[in-house]
Amino acid sequence: MTFLHLKDIEFSFPGKKLFEELDLSVWKGQITVIMGPSGCGKSSLLSMIGGRLVPSAGSIEFDGELVKPADKKKLYCQRRKMGMLFQSSALLTDLSVFENVAFPVREHTDLPEDIIRLIVLIKLEMVGLRGAANLMPSELSGGMARRVALARAIALDPDLVMYDEPFTGLDPISMGVIVKLIRELNDALNLTSIVVTHDIVEGCSIADYIYIVGNRNLIGHGTVEQLTDSNDPLVKQFMAGLPDGPVAYHYPASPFENELSRS
Amino acid sequence: MNWTGFIFVASIGRWAIELTHGLGRAGLFLGEVFLQFDVLFRRPRLLIQQLYSVGVLTVLIIILSGFFVGMVLGLQGYNTLVGFGAESSLGLAVAKLLTRELGPVLTALLFTGRAGSALTAEIGLMKATEQIAALEMMAVNPVRRIIASRFFAAVLSVPLLTAMFCVVGVFGGHLVGVEMLGVDNGVFWSSMQQGVDLYDDIFGGLIKSLVFGFFIGWIALNQGYFCQPNSAGISRATTATVVTSSLAVFSLNYCLTALMFSA
Repeated sequence: MTFLHLKDIEFSFPGKKLFEELDLSVWKGQITVIMGPSGCGKSSLLSMIGGRLVPSAGSIEFDGELVKPADKKKLYCQRRKMGMLFQSSALLTDLSVFENVAFPVREHTDLPEDIIRLIVLIKLEMVGLRGAANLMPSELSGGMARRVALARAIALDPDLVMYDEPFTGLDPISMGVIVKLIRELNDALNLTSIVVTHDIVEGCSIADYIYIVGNRNLIGHGTVEQLTDSNDPLVKQFMAGLPDGPVAYHYPASPFENELSRS
Repeated sequence: MNWTGFIFVASIGRWAIELTHGLGRAGLFLGEVFLQFDVLFRRPRLLIQQLYSVGVLTVLIIILSGFFVGMVLGLQGYNTLVGFGAESSLGLAVAKLLTRELGPVLTALLFTGRAGSALTAEIGLMKATEQIAALEMMAVNPVRRIIASRFFAAVLSVPLLTAMFCVVGVFGGHLVGVEMLGVDNGVFWSSMQQGVDLYDDIFGGLIKSLVFGFFIGWIALNQGYFCQPNSAGISRATTATVVTSSLAVFSLNYCLTALMFSA
C-alpha cells in the first residue's frame, strides 16, 4: 500500500534546478532508501516531504492527505506522524539526553511526569542508551548523539521516520549499530522508513526498495537485486562506485591543450 | 548613460529591493512574535530562564559600568560647577544626566554588546546545527518556543538594568563628589530630591529604555533567525546586530528626547 507519493515534483534553488517531473512512491512498512551523488537534492526531498520546502509544481501525498505547507495547522498535525533524524543529530544543546527525548512528549501531551519518564526510558533502552540519560549532548560521541536523536524521533510513535545521511561520519561500529537499529525499529514498531544516503553498502543492506536520484530525476529504482543486475550505465556506475562514466570525472572545461598553448 | 553608470544605478536598485525585502521580513517576524505572546502566561518558565540568561548575567557589567560612569560624572561635574560656585547642584546634575540620557543609552549599548550579540550567535548556531529545523519537524513552532521568550526577556531586562545603572551611578557620583571632593552630603541629596522629576526624568528614561530593549531584541533575534547558517554568516549577523542596534539606540534616543523633553 502506497504510504507516501510524490507526483510530478519540480523544485529549484536560485540558479539550480534540482527536480523535473519527479515521481516517487514509498510503501507502508518498508525501508525505502534514496541514494544519489552529493548535491543532487536527496535531503531537499526530505524537507519537501516534511513541508519545510515547497515544490514549485507537483504534489506530495502523505497517508492519504496532501502535504500543504501553507496550511500550518494541518501541516503540524502531519508532522506529528513523522520523525526525522538529522545528519548533525540536531539535539538541543542546553537539554540533557533525557530532556531531549522527553521534549516532543512534553510539547505535545499533558502526560504526568512518571509516564513521560517511562516513555523516555523505553525509547532510550531501544537505542541502548538508557544509561546515558543524564549526560549532556556535548558529552556524547557522534554515534551516541545520533542514537539519542533516533530515540527522540520515535518518542511520539510516528508512522514515518526519515533519516538524513544517518551513516555519515561514523566509525564502523557506530555505523553497524545505526544500520541494525533502523532495521529493527522499522520492523518492531511497524514504521515506514526513508533513508537518504550515499553509502551504497549500508544502504543496500537495509533497503526494501531503492531510488537513485540524479540528473534532475530518477536514474533508476528497484530492489537491490534489480539495481545490481541493471544494464543502465548510470545505475552501474553508481552501484559500482566508478569514478568515471556517464557522470564525468572532470568538471566541464575547454581542452587542456588550449590551456597549455595559452601559457 | 555609460556602462559604469548603468551598473551603479542597478546596484542602488538591488540594494533598495534587498532593504525593502529585509524590512518586510523583519516586520512579519515581529508580528509572529507578538502572536505568540500568550506563551509567556502558559509557560512562564521559558521567560524566567531567558530573564536570567539575558538579564541577570548582564547585571555585573551594568553595575561596574554604572559605578565608573557615575564617578566620572561626579569628578567632571564638580570641576565644571565649582568654577561657578554651583557645586551644590552636583547631585542634581549627576542624577539628571543619568536618568535622562546616560543611563538608558549606555545600558542599551552594553546590553547590545553583552546580550544582543549572544542572542544572535545562539539563534544562528541553533539554525546552523539544524536545531531550529528539528523543532519544526517535531511540529514545534520555533518562534513560539525559542524566540518569543527571548524577545520579551530583552524588552523587560533593559529597563530593569537601566534602573540599576542609574542607582549605582548616583552612588558613584556621591563617592567622588561627597566623600572625595567635599561636597556637602545633605546638599547633594536634597538638590537631587528637589530637581529630579518622577515623570519627566525617571519615567522618561525608563520609557526610552523600554523602546531600546524592544529594538535590540527585535534586531538581534531577526539577525540570528535569518542569518546564513555557517560560521561566516553567523559572524556577519553578530556584527550586524551590534552595529545596527547601536545606531538604532543613538537615533531613537534623539527622536525620543525631542518628543519627550522639548519645550
